[in-house]
Amino acid sequence: MNSAGNNGRAQPRAGRALPWALVTPALGWTLLFFVLPFIAMGLSSLTAHGGGGFTLANYSQFFTNPSYWQAMVNSLQVTAIVTVVSVLLAYPFAWILAEQVPERWQRLALMLAVLPFWTSYVVRSYSWLLVLAQNGVINRALIGSGLISEPPQLANTRLATVTGFVHFFVMLLTLTIFANLKQLSPSYRKAAADLGAGPVRTFLHIILPLTLPGIMVGAFLTFVLCIGDYITPQILGGNNELLMPQLVMMQIGRRGDFPLASALSIILMAVVTVAYLACARWLKIERA
Amino acid sequence: MSVKSANPLSGLKRHLHRACAAAALLLGGGSLAQAADLNALIWCDHSDPALLQPFETANNVKVNVKEFEGTGAGLAIVEQSQPGDWDVMVIDSIDVPRGVEKGLFEPLPEDKLPFADLFPQVKMDKSTMIDGKRYGITEKFGYNTIGFNKTKVDPADMQSLASLTSDKYKGKVAIYDYYLPVIGMAALAIGKKTADLTEADLPALKEELLKMKANAKLVGEVTASQTALATGEVDILVGGGEWVTAGLAKENPALDFSIPKEGAVLWSQSLAMFKDSKNKDMALKFIQYILSPEGQARLATSSCYWGMPSNTKAALTDDQKKVLRFDEQPGFLARAQAYPAPNADLDKKMQDMWTEMLQAK
Repeated sequence: MNSAGNNGRAQPRAGRALPWALVTPALGWTLLFFVLPFIAMGLSSLTAHGGGGFTLANYSQFFTNPSYWQAMVNSLQVTAIVTVVSVLLAYPFAWILAEQVPERWQRLALMLAVLPFWTSYVVRSYSWLLVLAQNGVINRALIGSGLISEPPQLANTRLATVTGFVHFFVMLLTLTIFANLKQLSPSYRKAAADLGAGPVRTFLHIILPLTLPGIMVGAFLTFVLCIGDYITPQILGGNNELLMPQLVMMQIGRRGDFPLASALSIILMAVVTVAYLACARWLKIERA
Repeated sequence: MSVKSANPLSGLKRHLHRACAAAALLLGGGSLAQAADLNALIWCDHSDPALLQPFETANNVKVNVKEFEGTGAGLAIVEQSQPGDWDVMVIDSIDVPRGVEKGLFEPLPEDKLPFADLFPQVKMDKSTMIDGKRYGITEKFGYNTIGFNKTKVDPADMQSLASLTSDKYKGKVAIYDYYLPVIGMAALAIGKKTADLTEADLPALKEELLKMKANAKLVGEVTASQTALATGEVDILVGGGEWVTAGLAKENPALDFSIPKEGAVLWSQSLAMFKDSKNKDMALKFIQYILSPEGQARLATSSCYWGMPSNTKAALTDDQKKVLRFDEQPGFLARAQAYPAPNADLDKKMQDMWTEMLQAK
């Protein structure tokens, strides 16, 4: 009886402890590699370069220096273009993969879709540089075909930066949208057809709304990865306009101005947070 | 008690930095080496196995290297390390005082290093000597100047900085993305000495930089600049020099550099030893090796980038000397001026001016 009684008290306690025990490594990891560094960065952003007390000067610098502010505008513009173009390209691609490619070929097609992830950012960006360069593949083909006589500047432009980004992110979006499309039951289409809806109407009123979560998850990932990327704009953009990550790096290189770099990074994170909140409905945060 | 240590915000920040660094080291299984090894904070030219292996073999030591770009980034690595973690550091010669101010460096024994063999102009006593003690020794140098493809441009035009802003070469120019040397070149173009630059010169410098930008196709770091010149994307590189063209000379002998009549900006990198090094004897041996004729030849022709060895007795082959234009150095050095070495306030203003230039359409 005693034993049974003890067990009766111990089991609920153990039951309560188990979830915490399971989640502790993840919490520890988050604390160590996100919360603590983030606090350090936040504190750093409130100090002056070279020591001194509390100051908001690093933040006010961002809002009062037009070239700093312009870096944020450039980042948002590039990120918005990349996200929209990637969604527009990825959706039909994912739809073809999910609906048109036979099941037995889908695995191979998916593997081909993730191939760009096997290549490093640096290699991929330099490859694009060679394709878009004045003497690159595209310009040579255009001149060789007689379509143009003078090569246009393709590399070292915003177009080049966007191209490099889209190449990478369109596949990321394809995967998320594909997963969403595969989860849709065929009975939705059948029901819509029974009710007299054509393919376009079925797509606009049934398929598209139901795949919005997949689109938004992919778009959010694209937004986050794109707005924080340093390498692609550095290599393909030719530094003809600064984006936020480049501005952050500039503060660190020679001067080692970590407080200002921290403030700029916090501002960048604030923008990402706003994007996160905007997408929260589709990212299902509430359910978490 | 200093203002810095009295500030609770700074104190907490420092503790957090240390906690993060310690945790990262623990989880990484200790990325730094055993005490018997030599730990070097370096630029990419020092990571060439052709440079390091002979030293490692001869001294039965492992040289652990960590690359960094920019003095600020290098000093931040040191700040977040434990005293004694690092033995030697490569640093811009003009930035040696920054390390000394932080109490990082050990004075070097002049009698055990080949100072007498160095090109006199690159000893840089003003920055490498502080209070009569020498804390850095120049190991490699060169010029931020004009790199060009001599089959695409008129080499005679490259003898004047004015060509960089002329319509003749519009869209044919790349600018090296480092504000200090290119601002130095802009200063030379408007007839100013790099050593005399003050805040009052900034408007004129900005105007000159904007003219350069209007002619430029891109502003790129080392690899991007080099790639642009090598692939024919541009024909001229402002701020580039032998460090760009020498490494590509075999593949493309059309690439060359000039020291224009207005002059060029001398770059110079130094080696320094850490005061807290646990392996000072080996650190000194390493510096001696790098400054030896053999070490100098290997460093000068490192796969990352070529540059002039500071030791006049470097064991370079005749071909290597030809590519580096070794025999012309006395004339080049006579026309070269040092990097601008602004104080912290002017440095910040110069960097902001550079940011404005980059954002200009």
